[in-house]
Amino acid sequence: MPQNREQSEVNVNPTMVNVLRSPHLEKLEAESIHILREVVAELDNPVLLYSIGKDSSVLLHLALKAFYPGKPPFPLLHIDSTWEFREMIEFREQYAVQQLGLEVISFVNEEGVRAGVNPFEHGSKVYTDVMRTQPLKQALMKYKFDGAIGGGRRDEERSRAKERVFSFRDRFHRWDPRNQRPELWKLFNTWKGSDECLRIFPLSNWTELDVWQYILQENIPIVPLYFARSRPVVDRDGDLIVVDDDRMRLREGELPVDRVVRFRTLGCYPVTGAIESNAETVEAIVYEMMTTRLSERQGRAIDRDEAAAMERKKRDGYF
Amino acid sequence: MNTTTTMDSIDLAGKQLLTQHANKELLRFITCGSVDDGKSTLIGRLLLENGAVYEDQVNSLRKDSKKHGTTDLDVDPALLLDGLEDERQQGITIDVAYRYFTTPKRKFIIADTPGHEQFTRNMATGASTTDLAIILVDASKGILTQTRRHTFIVSLLGIKHVVLAVNKMDLVEYSQNVFESICDEFGQFASKLEIPDIRFVPLSALHGDNVIRNSSMTPWYEDGSLLHILENIYIGADGNHRDLRFPVQWVNRPDANFRGYSGTVSSGALQLGEEVMVLPSEKRSRISRIISCNGDLKSAHAGQAITIKLTDEIDISRGDMIVRPANRPFTRRNLDAMIVWMSDKPLQTGNSYWVKQTTKRTSGVVNGIRYKIDVNTLHRSSTTGLQLNDIGRCQLLLRDPIMFDAYRQNRETGSFILVDRITHETAAAGMLLSPRDGSDDFDGEVHPENELRLQRAISRIPENQRAQRYGHLPYTILITGLSGSGKTTLALELEQWLFEDGKKCVVLDGQTMRFGISRDLGFSAEERSENLLRAAEIAKLLNDSGLICIAAFAAPHDEIRQRVRNLIGADRFLHVHLTTPLAICRQRDSTGRYAAADKGTIANFPGVTAPYDPPQATDLEVSTESMLPDRVAEEVIRLLRIRSNLSRA
Ligand SMILES: Nc1nc2c(ncn2[C@@H]2O[C@H](COP(=O)(O)OP(=O)(O)O)[C@@H](O)[C@H]2O)c(=O)[nH]1
Repeated sequence: MPQNREQSEVNVNPTMVNVLRSPHLEKLEAESIHILREVVAELDNPVLLYSIGKDSSVLLHLALKAFYPGKPPFPLLHIDSTWEFREMIEFREQYAVQQLGLEVISFVNEEGVRAGVNPFEHGSKVYTDVMRTQPLKQALMKYKFDGAIGGGRRDEERSRAKERVFSFRDRFHRWDPRNQRPELWKLFNTWKGSDECLRIFPLSNWTELDVWQYILQENIPIVPLYFARSRPVVDRDGDLIVVDDDRMRLREGELPVDRVVRFRTLGCYPVTGAIESNAETVEAIVYEMMTTRLSERQGRAIDRDEAAAMERKKRDGYF
Repeated sequence: MNTTTTMDSIDLAGKQLLTQHANKELLRFITCGSVDDGKSTLIGRLLLENGAVYEDQVNSLRKDSKKHGTTDLDVDPALLLDGLEDERQQGITIDVAYRYFTTPKRKFIIADTPGHEQFTRNMATGASTTDLAIILVDASKGILTQTRRHTFIVSLLGIKHVVLAVNKMDLVEYSQNVFESICDEFGQFASKLEIPDIRFVPLSALHGDNVIRNSSMTPWYEDGSLLHILENIYIGADGNHRDLRFPVQWVNRPDANFRGYSGTVSSGALQLGEEVMVLPSEKRSRISRIISCNGDLKSAHAGQAITIKLTDEIDISRGDMIVRPANRPFTRRNLDAMIVWMSDKPLQTGNSYWVKQTTKRTSGVVNGIRYKIDVNTLHRSSTTGLQLNDIGRCQLLLRDPIMFDAYRQNRETGSFILVDRITHETAAAGMLLSPRDGSDDFDGEVHPENELRLQRAISRIPENQRAQRYGHLPYTILITGLSGSGKTTLALELEQWLFEDGKKCVVLDGQTMRFGISRDLGFSAEERSENLLRAAEIAKLLNDSGLICIAAFAAPHDEIRQRVRNLIGADRFLHVHLTTPLAICRQRDSTGRYAAADKGTIANFPGVTAPYDPPQATDLEVSTESMLPDRVAEEVIRLLRIRSNLSRA
């Protein structure tokens, strides 16, 4: 029987049949899967933006489920800023590439590398633009992707509350908050001009807590950086920066000390702050989520510039 | 942060919390209110008090509250909700924004929509996905026009639960009288709409009375706080659990060994092994596997995203629908729908749009607007176009038939959107009504303005008095047969004969209909049937007025002929079928229609490129091959006489 072969193709999670499922996660899951299938049915050449963080991991897990027993019919795209945590690259190679056998395109802005753009000298704004925003646009154009699936959630940040699930970007990949299509029922309008590109956010209605509960429920593999562990840290303007490799430029008087920290969000290591926490398991993280009084973005240097910083970035094409 | 949270350090209470959260339900609601009713304050408070706002956000809010706040409270909850820069500068919200909070019982998704006059579009958008609506009223102002408008849109979009939140009770000294008279007024208005479940709560969003907890300021109010209602209201029975509808979203074919059909179950449930039918092909098969993302299942129900396999290799593609053979949706190209216009470019009849319904894409023309509804008064008026934020009842003709149910029965299969063919913007949201084909189904007519309940006008003139005046009983003579079989000739012959005999009669001819009443129809099987059904409705009206009707139609489908017979009533119905052979019909064809059908320039031509069912039962079958029209007419008249004498004279 073909049954055996089917089962062995992609094994989403062998233990999950008996897991107790929360009704709210079941609904969120079904909604996200519906969106993913809609993307594949209506677009010609979509791609999944894989940032290796927790939201990407959930997104990937949903994609594995949506197209089971086949593999997701689109590649993964990782925009490598070259300042990633080493553990993230390792995770990408071991899990997504080797274990799942998926096609992962890793894209670097070579021009930025040649120009030596780095977060220390150029500041987070320029650096993010050159090493994340620009290469994303370049990659989408190079491979002619007409839709990019991302892990953005509306609860992440105030300006995202109004973002659509299917978000339109013009030819220059810009977002115009005034010119977005109303989304009715499950009837997503994916009609578009030939040079327009869509961003699709299947996790729009998930909160950070939902994401962690789902990781717990489904036993989804995640990068170990999310778990509390003793790591070498410097305290820089209130951000706990982990010294991940020897490219880290220490300021005068800075001395890394080992502290028990973990990450709530993951970006480039020199601009992502860790938090002090003892949460060593997913369950402990979920509990922390339920009791914390601080937001997810507290540790992101790029977000603190101004209240409206994020919105401006989005209009410029930052994801 | 100083919470210590290794696994072991989670205490018993913590573990309980985890377990509770792992068993949460999901409730989506919309908030509607006029400007300054306190909507932002209310949502802000729900978020703040349920821990959905983090301390660093509250801190920045504290700063903002000093700058922009409208209250002297430390934190103005309303400021939480402003998202986009320029909106914030204008001090208004201009779109739907989604907010989230959770309690251990339920996760909530709020569709936050503004109360401005012109934003029907946004409310309809927000309402389309929600289970419940909170309608805000300012206690010091009472029910306003806007309140009525919001309520109407909520009922139009099929929301089953409404909470009327009477806010700013502090401004009316928490008066029970004020509260009750507002509730009464609302109740009266709402009883004309279709909202099965309405609750009333007296609130002060600003001071927090009855928002999270019951307030001591309203000892006379004994039902739960707003949050209590939101946490406990039962929504499990809201969906359609009866009619299996599974629109195929994507065909999953990873390799030659596997072919599955993926999609989300719109309504009803399906069981492993049961017989299903695929529409529009009407092919049957059985479900051999139900694959969910969580393993194989024995059954699946509405809302689940699954993949199924069938026992037979059938050609199925995206947009097809899997149903039970004995419970099928409508399959039509002609639609009757309520439409909310969402584009700056107005709708004009004759405009063509892309259409998306379930997982199906097609295109269609809006070929008629029956009326538009004034959302403030619910009055209908005739119109030739719809502007942004207008709501109207329209007829559409699609390129391909779609499978659907009335929106009131099924929100999933009864909804569609229209998309502008040039700009690709979403031009309209549509809610389908039951087609008016036969007497079974009247509910499309009543919804949603059913405060104007329809009634038939009953004539004061008794049937027998008409018969006496006219000297005959009413009849409908249906003449059927292939194109060129002599139907029209016979009809005109009969008319002349009856007229000369002093009888009152009217001829309805299939082709003549198309110059007027059926101008919007094409020549598909569906549309040919629709043409005949319209004629049947007219014939019935004529008969009810005492007149004889002669109807000449190709009527290729026996099922439709049966329906016509039922509609008109067997005792008034006489079916004459012309059996003139195809070859003769072709010879007589002077207009070149058969030649065009052969070439394919006319599609679906009965007898050539479309089937012509021989009738099961007729009153008379004759061929005009060897008999002249006046002879045939004589036969018919003779038959008519016999019938009149026997049955009803
Ligand atoms: N007295 C009183 N004022 C309120 C109450 N709720 C809101 N307000 C005030 O009404 C005004 C409008 O509130 P807001 O929430 O911005 O209204 P929105 O336009 O519906 O979002 C603000 O000045 C609020 O502080 C209430 O329960 N009592």
